[in-house]
Amino acid sequence: MLSGLLMSEETEFEEPETGTLPLDAWHRGKRARMVEFAGYWMPIQYEGIVAEHEWTRTSAGLFDVSHMGQLLLSGPDLDAAVETVLPIDLSTLKLGMQRYSLLLDEDGGVLDDLMVSRWADCLYLVVNGATKWDDIGHLRESLPDDITLNHLDEQALLALQGPRAVDALARHAKGDTPLCELTFMKFGHYTIAGHAVTIARAGYTGEDGFEISLPGKAAAEIADLLCGEPEVKPIGLGARDSLRLEAGLPLYGHDLSPETSPIEAGLVFGINKRRRTAGGYPGAARINREIVDGTARRWVGLKLEGRLPAREGAEVFVGDARVGVVTSGGFSPTLGAPIAMAYVASEHAGTGSALEILVRSKRLAATVVPTPFVPHRYHRGK
Amino acid sequence: MARYFTDEHEWIEVDGDSATVGITDYAQGQLGDIVFVELPAAGTALSKGGDAAVVESVKAASDVYAPIAGEVTEGNSALEDDPALVNTAPEGDGWFFRMTIADASQLDGLMDEAAYKAFCDSL
Repeated sequence: MLSGLLMSEETEFEEPETGTLPLDAWHRGKRARMVEFAGYWMPIQYEGIVAEHEWTRTSAGLFDVSHMGQLLLSGPDLDAAVETVLPIDLSTLKLGMQRYSLLLDEDGGVLDDLMVSRWADCLYLVVNGATKWDDIGHLRESLPDDITLNHLDEQALLALQGPRAVDALARHAKGDTPLCELTFMKFGHYTIAGHAVTIARAGYTGEDGFEISLPGKAAAEIADLLCGEPEVKPIGLGARDSLRLEAGLPLYGHDLSPETSPIEAGLVFGINKRRRTAGGYPGAARINREIVDGTARRWVGLKLEGRLPAREGAEVFVGDARVGVVTSGGFSPTLGAPIAMAYVASEHAGTGSALEILVRSKRLAATVVPTPFVPHRYHRGK
Repeated sequence: MARYFTDEHEWIEVDGDSATVGITDYAQGQLGDIVFVELPAAGTALSKGGDAAVVESVKAASDVYAPIAGEVTEGNSALEDDPALVNTAPEGDGWFFRMTIADASQLDGLMDEAAYKAFCDSL
């Protein structure tokens, strides 16, 4: 009966051998249950998904996301080169800012979603773990030869998320800009216990929090320091998934793929304003048309009646007509009810629209609701 | 009364010509927080090893199989309001359903408690 348990953790990308990350022994020492994810052994949970989820919402959780790809791009005319690949407006991305962007194919399908930060003389990218090798290949192929792509594969990445993350991290992070002055989607260079790190005020839980890029060799020492703070506990991938679902954030490979356009997914903010008219990025013709004309289907939040969750792949109906498919679904610990995200035909995608989801032989009543399901609590400053 | 275990981590407790079925403490620990249990209706005919129930944790849905053949006589209605009983009392109040015993000889192939414990230790 346990065979289905980890099905959503299986990577869809074949890697020859399961890798280990800098904190592998650290997680095992904390009695984490390890699973294969994105080609690496990673912790899915420590004490339990719901307890870890609630701890992150009320205090601070430390997530190891070292499987993600950290890339540095540099070279002549860097901004112009990168703008041919990403629908980003780099003229408005100032030093110390981070922005969400999308790697698109020629048809406007999503190859990956990523973060781009402006460092002093380069751009720093964080891409998804399962797609990083393809992303690196795609970027090398698409960018001019004089642009250097440096894969920071000896760096670890930790996320500290939750309303008390700032209190715990401020005791250790030393830098020119006090941590409390760093606002959402800004980053800075800091030291923790003498190790050079970069800290971005961002995350994937909907809470205030930070993403810390640090040398892999210092990861265990810094993870121990942070988990030594009374606010902080280690949190696994299971709660990371339930937290991001409540926050209405898409997961690549499930909610986003080459078969989805960012406009269908409601990610129009990922196409920066100047690029919506000027174009000049992969898939611009389709995407700029969709921004004006709309799309045939839209990615929406669904709240289900009862307690039975609908999972990825469940079909959505209005009467006999199949009008959509669930791409992420589960039980929301915060709401105490099942929630899901689905692509639904636009005529049925308005808030309040009554739908049914087929789960095994049952039809579950569901209603389109605004997302996020749980309000974001980002620190945007005054 | 005698209690038997399957290698799919179900337990079955025999009381005369009826039996009670649930999942083991090991299974609930692997599944994590259980949020819903879909039980078979009374009258459902079960075959040995066939689908009997579905248990939904926060992460995923998992099938529960019938340890032996028989007919469902009662589902545990307490699980509708409190599915977490499967986490807190998997081998007691968190039982899944009761059933008739079509062929008592099917019990012979199941493990007793000592054998099941050794089986779990080997996983």
